[in-house]
Amino acid sequence: MAKKKRPVIEREEVVVKFVGDSGDGMQLTGSMFSDVAAIVGNDLATFPDFPAEIRAPQNTVAGVSGFQVHMGSSKIFTTGDLVDVLVAMNPASLKSNLKWAKTGATILTDTDAYDAKTIEKAGYKQDPLTDNSLERFNLVKAPITTLTKESLKELGTDAKTAERSKNMFALGMLFYIFNRELKPSFKYFEQKFKKKPELIEINKIVLQAGYNYADTVEALESVIQVLPANMEKGRYRNITGNVATAWGLLAAAEKSGRPLFLGSYPITPATEILMELSKHKSLGAKVFQAEDEIAGICSAIGASFAGSLACTTTSGPGLSLKSEAIGLAVITELPLVIVNVQRGGPSTGLPTKSEQSDLYQALFGRNGECPVIVVAASTSENCFYYSYMTAKLSMEHMTPAILLTDGYLGFGSALFRIPKMADMPAINPPIAEPNDPEFKPYRRDPETLVRQWAIPGTEGLRHRIGGLEKENIIGTVSTDPMNHQIMTDFRAQKVENVANFIPEQEINGQAEGDLLVVSWGGTYGAVHSAVSQMQKEGKRISHAHFHYIMPLPKNTENVLKGFKKIVVCELNSGQFVNYLRMKFPMPNITQFNKVQGLPFMINELTDKFNQLLEEK
Amino acid sequence: MEFINMTVERTNVQLSKADFESDQMVKWCPGCGGHAILAAVERVFPKIGYRKENFCMVSGIGCSSRFPYYVNTYGIHGIHGRAAAISTGVKIANPRLSVWTVTGDGDSLAIGGNHFIHVIRRNVDLNILLFNNQIYGLTKGQFSPTTPMGKVTKTSPMGTIEHPFNIGELVMGAQGTFFARVPDNNIALMTECMFEAAKHDGTSVTEIMENCIIFADKAHACVTGKEVKDETMLILKNGAPMLFGKNNEKGLILKDTRLEVVEIGKNGITAEDILVHDQYSQDPGIQLMLAKLAPPNFPMVFGVIRSAMYPTYDDLVEEQIKYARQTSKIRNVDDLLNSGDTWEI
Repeated sequence: MAKKKRPVIEREEVVVKFVGDSGDGMQLTGSMFSDVAAIVGNDLATFPDFPAEIRAPQNTVAGVSGFQVHMGSSKIFTTGDLVDVLVAMNPASLKSNLKWAKTGATILTDTDAYDAKTIEKAGYKQDPLTDNSLERFNLVKAPITTLTKESLKELGTDAKTAERSKNMFALGMLFYIFNRELKPSFKYFEQKFKKKPELIEINKIVLQAGYNYADTVEALESVIQVLPANMEKGRYRNITGNVATAWGLLAAAEKSGRPLFLGSYPITPATEILMELSKHKSLGAKVFQAEDEIAGICSAIGASFAGSLACTTTSGPGLSLKSEAIGLAVITELPLVIVNVQRGGPSTGLPTKSEQSDLYQALFGRNGECPVIVVAASTSENCFYYSYMTAKLSMEHMTPAILLTDGYLGFGSALFRIPKMADMPAINPPIAEPNDPEFKPYRRDPETLVRQWAIPGTEGLRHRIGGLEKENIIGTVSTDPMNHQIMTDFRAQKVENVANFIPEQEINGQAEGDLLVVSWGGTYGAVHSAVSQMQKEGKRISHAHFHYIMPLPKNTENVLKGFKKIVVCELNSGQFVNYLRMKFPMPNITQFNKVQGLPFMINELTDKFNQLLEEK
Repeated sequence: MEFINMTVERTNVQLSKADFESDQMVKWCPGCGGHAILAAVERVFPKIGYRKENFCMVSGIGCSSRFPYYVNTYGIHGIHGRAAAISTGVKIANPRLSVWTVTGDGDSLAIGGNHFIHVIRRNVDLNILLFNNQIYGLTKGQFSPTTPMGKVTKTSPMGTIEHPFNIGELVMGAQGTFFARVPDNNIALMTECMFEAAKHDGTSVTEIMENCIIFADKAHACVTGKEVKDETMLILKNGAPMLFGKNNEKGLILKDTRLEVVEIGKNGITAEDILVHDQYSQDPGIQLMLAKLAPPNFPMVFGVIRSAMYPTYDDLVEEQIKYARQTSKIRNVDDLLNSGDTWEI
């Protein structure tokens, strides 16, 4: 079909969001759209935005499910703040997402979904399509359900199946708007519906019909072109943060030669790691779905004693339940990886929303003097690298290590340049040799203070460890006051010594200036984008994003010293900032916080930074 | 799938009690039942035939849970209530270890109740030695989930108002495959039952009726005391009739749907009428009834009450891994990273 001559507008980056009822298939539509963007070479990041309930009542705001795609011809750092194109399949989804649309954004909506009842259910007093409330936008009204049914008339498809395909009609229209080919999607249908060939035909027809229909729509004055990004050469795939975390653990197990054990209990938003590792029995992964969070970590401690790379995965409330057991792993000096995919708290809080408010819990949330390594990933794709490094540090330093990610990183996806296992850093756990006459449970390497891992079954190394304080070197139960001091100091120093094995803190920008922006974890994209934007404007601003929290990189104090002002940005009430103040008391450290279950917006960051630069 | 039955590595080296004695001072009270249990363990471990390095003891918290420090094996002394969960991890990680979980009535039935029922339900191949002294000893005398109702303790000055657990009933309710009950004053029977427990594939629970000389002295004396035990204890033997009494003149029969105590030679009862014990029966019906019997109307039953064969959790884990390895195209992490949709840029 000949395309109308429409001007092509080139855009460096575009944010598209698909929203509809929980059953409208928005997750699938969004991921098909992003897959095509990836194939043409855009960089991208995606985020699914769904309610905590599985199927909340139809046509209500509570039941809206969404999928956001941020794609560009340059490096993409966030899943996008405001939306350029909003596909809203019903009034409720329009109502709940309009606040994210840029002025002038294209809004595509299904007019068939609007009647007195659905409009009222969405909480509108009158029909938003006719009351001029959408004047600020480029509104594309399409009778999507009717047109979908019509396109399938010849095939004789039943009404229910036809109605369920309407998301593909909307996707077809989007492909037209973004000047994309339909072939990759056709190929996808052929693969996905191998066993139901009638669905291949239905989806192809509807997708094409949507594409053709868009060509006739007057409201579409132009089509948008997003050119391929200039990416580092290599093999790529799309990956979510939770899958990347799971694969990082598998990689660390393979590299170290220690079999992987996961003891875990389902909890949003961490469950996908448990589900993903359950699939990889062919790699020897032993996955134990425990009866509760405590059994999850305790089974992992048992597996660690028995010589596995042992892990447990959870989210905030689950980490609370694991606190006592983390103490056991600290005093027994066993390796243990604890992944906390943070969500909004306290208590059950906001299970599907993201926050960075578990930092104190990770650093301090245990009885006794109980230091652990704390690492934080910053992008969906680097969850792979940081879960690998957390496992490496935990095993090589014989101490539990907590990896902090969050719901946005875990659920979100990004392009991942596939590494080769041969290029991953070596992992050498300090395993005791059979019949070593020198072996003692708490004999330590003089440089690192790390004890040896003596694995049950090994000849000549029988020993006991446990939660009671042990005598230095020989490992028998001891209540001697000076011995407790010595062992406490050793456990702390052993973790501090990890600083000798992690990279120095990097600065994006000059090492001296007016303002240093500090951040950690999942806020990297927004903060990086805000700082880069201001650097381009000539501001003397730099950015230090931390991945290693406990211990901090050795040069941290020097990094902070080079700036007149420091602002620490976090999605909590100021936990990292207080940790830094505790370690490096400096009067010029300020903070910028937000606890709304939402990520930072770039403009709220730049506003804050400009304000700080202007203040004397 | 291929059937897998992981076994613990055996040795021909003759082991002795000395191989398992630790150099640590045993810090239980003089007269504590723990000493006899330790003696039984040191007696049975060398006989089982495993390499000494393949024993692993795991415990929780409480008097019982100091046990791993007193035996020279690999051992881990855990946290309160979690011994079953820690043991599960040890066994899944290395099914070739013989894992012994030492715990008490507070540790396993109160704070660790959840792990206790789930490890049994899964039938993880490990041996639980449950020291039941009907009291919290290490915290100095509070009532436990097995303290008889009405008993005065430090936290029940007017007597407890809770119904106690019957451990055998709980084990079988959780679909347990092995349950034995022994008194701490009969080392020979303890040794025998521990040996049976070691032989059993799956979770074995051995309830040891232990005397706490300080806080619940003689709690079991009304059953296991020398003066009364002929009338109050029935020691089961597989394939043998269920007899008790000073001269084995009494026995159990099944009348309608209930067990009943009878005397041979009275009311036309002969030796043939007496029920014969079948510990291997998969149907737990009679075994459950036996576990619940108690004086004054019945004797309490001791020995191996149930030992039924079911697949173990750890064998099934190995089976699935073996099958996945045979059938999956993903053989290493490089394969995994490059699986599914990937493209070159």
